[in-house]
Amino acid sequence: MLNYLNQKLKLKTMRTDRLIAIDEFCYNHNIEISFINSLDQSGLIEVTVIGKALFITEEQLHQLEKIVRFHYELDINLEGIETINHLLQRMAFLQNENLTLRNRLRIYESDE
Amino acid sequence: MDFVDYYKLLGIDKSATPKEIRSAYRKLARKYHPDLNPNDKDANKNFQQINEANEVLSDPEKRKKYDQYGKDWKHTEQYEPGSNTGEQQSYSEGKRYSGMKSEGDFSDFFEAMFGGGADAGRRRHVKYRGEDYNAELHLELEDALKTHKQTLTVNSKKIRINIPAGIENGQVIKIQGHGGAGINGGPNGDLYIKFTIANHSDIKRSGNDLYMKVNLELYTAVLGGEITIDTLTGKVKLKVKPETQNGTKIKLTGKGFPVYKNEGQFGDLYITYEVKIPTNLTEKQKTLFAELSESEA
Repeated sequence: MLNYLNQKLKLKTMRTDRLIAIDEFCYNHNIEISFINSLDQSGLIEVTVIGKALFITEEQLHQLEKIVRFHYELDINLEGIETINHLLQRMAFLQNENLTLRNRLRIYESDE
Repeated sequence: MDFVDYYKLLGIDKSATPKEIRSAYRKLARKYHPDLNPNDKDANKNFQQINEANEVLSDPEKRKKYDQYGKDWKHTEQYEPGSNTGEQQSYSEGKRYSGMKSEGDFSDFFEAMFGGGADAGRRRHVKYRGEDYNAELHLELEDALKTHKQTLTVNSKKIRINIPAGIENGQVIKIQGHGGAGINGGPNGDLYIKFTIANHSDIKRSGNDLYMKVNLELYTAVLGGEITIDTLTGKVKLKVKPETQNGTKIKLTGKGFPVYKNEGQFGDLYITYEVKIPTNLTEKQKTLFAELSESEA
């Protein structure tokens, strides 16, 4: 899984993370590294620096790919992506809350 | 198989310029893109339709063929089905709305006219993550009591998954890498399984707590005693205090549902007593109740 751009690195802390090299990601998606730096600066993703190389954790890959689609396919700028990201998080929270409340209401539903 | 009006789908005239097509498509793509509408099947369907419309109308050759034969698509034999001429040209515009793209996303109408998805030629150099799959799994409340394994068939493949105890109704779990195959060596998509847990006839669940109603004989409620009840995990003996009122609630700590991914931790079981008033009293019983009533006065 993800062997096309994954690198398994052992960090000094002895914690083993699956990291994805930013330059390979950018090459594969045909995007500029400066875009990733902008995302890092805005806090949308967190870049790990090891030596001179930049990486992201595997957990962030899905989010990063989504952001790339927003920007390069839908022409949404960084501010728009931040707003969308916030609203999607808010939507997920509300959906979760809605589910919790619906499950609670099931106590009062009839058996049939 | 019905004719699909791509112009109508994008809300444009037949005379629309490439710029107008692109603009209409982008506007609708922003509205229906799967990333912006997670778990919305209608939005996904709309997105696939406008994607297909754009696939045809943004490609001069396909558009020409569509305009000429669209409504008479059955008479397009003179065209070579599946001809991919012109795709490279449209790709050079650098726009590809990937979202949920995969084989089978195109309508029968499209397949008949153009011979299947046109992505193969476009994806020569770029690696894409595979499509995410969504599945639904129905469980009984008892099934969610214990961690267990279950085999699912997703797109003709058997997958054995571990279902942790305490899974909640409506909860979605991700099985990494079990979605659609990656393209050009890209990683596989993920499989998302949504759990639907049926309501139990006697026992209700709210989070980790369980709720049940227990019938109590009038005499036991008045005089106290011991009763045995059936719970999800077996029989439990309860001591009933004398003069227990109808609607009294008691809590059995740790007798509720297991806490998701917290082994050894359980919620509580709440019991509500429903005192049963005896019916079909004998004459003797009626007399005794009358005596009781008089003694109260």
